[in-house]
Amino acid sequence: MSINDFIQKLEQELESFPENSIKPESDLKSFPEWSSMYALIIIALIDTEYNVTITGEDLRNMKSVQELYDLILSRK
Amino acid sequence: MGASIKAISYHLPEKSFSNEGYFALFPESRSNENLNKLKIENRFIVSENEVSSDLAVKSALKLFDEHKINRDEIDFVIFCAQEFDFYTPTTACTIQAKLGLSNNCGAIDFNLGCSGFVYGLNIAKGLIESDSCKNVLLLTSSTLTKTFHPKDKSSRYLFGDGAAATLISSVNSSQSGIRKFVFGTDGSRFDKIIVRDGGARNPINENSFIDSNDGFGNISNNAHFFMDGIGIFNFALKTVPNLIFQTLEKNELKLEQIDYFVLHQTNFLLNESIRKKMNIEPERMIYNIHGIGNTVSSTIPIAIKMEQDKGKIKKDALVLIAGFGTGLSWSATIIKI
Repeated sequence: MSINDFIQKLEQELESFPENSIKPESDLKSFPEWSSMYALIIIALIDTEYNVTITGEDLRNMKSVQELYDLILSRK
Repeated sequence: MGASIKAISYHLPEKSFSNEGYFALFPESRSNENLNKLKIENRFIVSENEVSSDLAVKSALKLFDEHKINRDEIDFVIFCAQEFDFYTPTTACTIQAKLGLSNNCGAIDFNLGCSGFVYGLNIAKGLIESDSCKNVLLLTSSTLTKTFHPKDKSSRYLFGDGAAATLISSVNSSQSGIRKFVFGTDGSRFDKIIVRDGGARNPINENSFIDSNDGFGNISNNAHFFMDGIGIFNFALKTVPNLIFQTLEKNELKLEQIDYFVLHQTNFLLNESIRKKMNIEPERMIYNIHGIGNTVSSTIPIAIKMEQDKGKIKKDALVLIAGFGTGLSWSATIIKI
């Protein structure tokens, strides 16, 4: 898995994000669409694809997609 | 002597609350296409002057009528709810009278949420297999929407009200149609789904009505229902697959031998994630959320009944049922329809 694969999966799962709008440095929480639904979709994606648990607290503290990706790797 | 589910009926309140109605209240959510992943399109909402036992009584009357059941033969009624009529007496006692059940009928309430149906089934099985009763009426009912803060966007989208009546009867066959159960509780997480104030622990006080935002746009206060949606999502993703495996093991069955899985109907995203984790084929996983939302303790019996009516779940099917939710509490078993 690379960060690009991860971003591709995120874009597939998260509706209403324009294509190629998510970058490693993006802070998903700063997108106007951000809601608890996004949090659930991301948690479900990471759990089913990577078998890693991400908490609400992790997402609240997350500052970039890269940070989230690193967190997945550290828990795998 | 064994115990089996003999009949199920359900009742939904008259007033429906569609996504159109929801978007009229929360217009900013209309453009949120991700909500489609929950696959909820409609719910039914109890009227102001109706209570959970009213819905339960209606579901029981429907059961008697639809399945031609002689109410004199019911010797125990169990009422599972979270909203009871009075501090005392027990609501099931008032239900006994309203249904015209025999004076030789036992009646108890118990308080559980989304795991309630499975627990109730075990109580019924115990009453029958201990030779105390022949016909147990299990009533599950929820009017949870009454506890919602008007601005609680998530809860108002997810939940609907409703009740189910299930008749569990003794059968001559040596093997029970209701197999072995697995239980679980984690009371340290009691505050993940809670109405904090208004019970004996915290009486309603002036602070009960101070609103707070959960950081995701859901507003609630201590006098109203609160759910840590993300916390519960993770709890279910972790707990339910284990619960299913433990239940199969206890019953000496393999995943492939189960015809259908009827999990508590939370929302499509969560139940589908559990299905994917467990590699269960989509055809064997029952989804019954789109028209009624999450009806708490009644989602499992309503789903079974609706799928029976559609002709999908047939007689003799082996069905694994799993309930999980507030408490935190969970339980699962396997039933032969």
